[in-house]
Amino acid sequence: MVEHVLGDPATIGFLPANDAASRPPYPEIRQRGTVMVEVVTAADQQVIIEIGNMPVLVRSESPEFLRMLMDRYSGFVSAEGRADFEIDVDLVPPGQITDEEDVAVRFVHGRWIIERGDLRAEWEAETRRARIVQSANSYSIDTALRILHSLILAREGGLLVHAASAVRNGRAFLFSGVSGAGKTTISRLAPPDTKLLTDEISYVRRDGASYVAYGTPFAGELAEPGENMRAPLAALYLLEKGPANTVAQVSQSEAVRRLLENVLFFANDSELVGLVFESACELARSVPVYRLTFYPDERVWELIA
Amino acid sequence: MSALYIARATQVAARSLDGEMMIMSAKDSTLFTLNPVATLIWQSADGHTPLAQIVEQKVCAEFDVAMDEALEDAEKFVSDLAAHGILLASDAPFGSATATQEGAR
Repeated sequence: MVEHVLGDPATIGFLPANDAASRPPYPEIRQRGTVMVEVVTAADQQVIIEIGNMPVLVRSESPEFLRMLMDRYSGFVSAEGRADFEIDVDLVPPGQITDEEDVAVRFVHGRWIIERGDLRAEWEAETRRARIVQSANSYSIDTALRILHSLILAREGGLLVHAASAVRNGRAFLFSGVSGAGKTTISRLAPPDTKLLTDEISYVRRDGASYVAYGTPFAGELAEPGENMRAPLAALYLLEKGPANTVAQVSQSEAVRRLLENVLFFANDSELVGLVFESACELARSVPVYRLTFYPDERVWELIA
Repeated sequence: MSALYIARATQVAARSLDGEMMIMSAKDSTLFTLNPVATLIWQSADGHTPLAQIVEQKVCAEFDVAMDEALEDAEKFVSDLAAHGILLASDAPFGSATATQEGAR
């Protein structure tokens, strides 16, 4: 249950002020027909980021920041539509915002407080509205979004898991493991008819007595967002690299132990910790869990079914 | 030596999977897996049966072990779980006016 840093922080730089004489001419963006940039006007001070069938409206006064989000969450954004949650982003110059080195999440007087050195967020659970103070980068809001989703999922029996996931023949498979276990490797080895949901953070929701895996924009070494799609979860594989490709089903208790090692959960909240434990037990009871030892070649996918 | 009474803490989540009892401390997110003897003690921790009686009537009845050895193991196990707030231990039955708790909270 440790937060992992994802991808490279994509920071909008605050450029040093130039002398007026050396400033380049102002480019007329709208006439540059070859530039593939979606223009966000002042009236569109929001984007909707929908992950796991949960649309979150993000509002900012900075068109540049919103453009960056549209790029970062490409495939998962829309300019309008319904939203289950709203986030107002207050942009401040880069610098330390709180004294927290690691992410700290706590519930105080009906609000979740999320703090790290580079961000401070308050989310009012009842109104489903949040405010984030951060500089203009996607790394901070990425963390806030993951935490927001993990808190919501905890109450719905879902989980965010350090796992690659992929869909083949209409069924989803999770490949869980710590850094270096092979999440990105097995994603790269996937057959051409496979749709990758993510190579880093998998999104699992309950669907009656079974589970559904969703694509996420949270990428690992592949540095590419997953497919924005969903499929019923058919199996969870616990990844281990080894001299040969082998697969063996593990006991439910072993599955829970290993799954909990890879669940993303941040809140120091006893009720939600209990719920996450229950969710891990339910998933291990409902979905077959295997230990997949693999030698990095594409034949490992012959074992996935 | 006075009797030791044990009770399950409220801030824990417990599940039996494949016959193994798994317990999650919601306080510090620590996960415990109990072996069959520990599971028996956990399930018998009703707050008013002395630990020695649990060991004698449950553990020694079900497993081939001497009372002294089993009780020593049980006291160590209780001490470990009490330190993590999983079990409450007291020198009086829980719910009595004289109960002095060690462990959780």
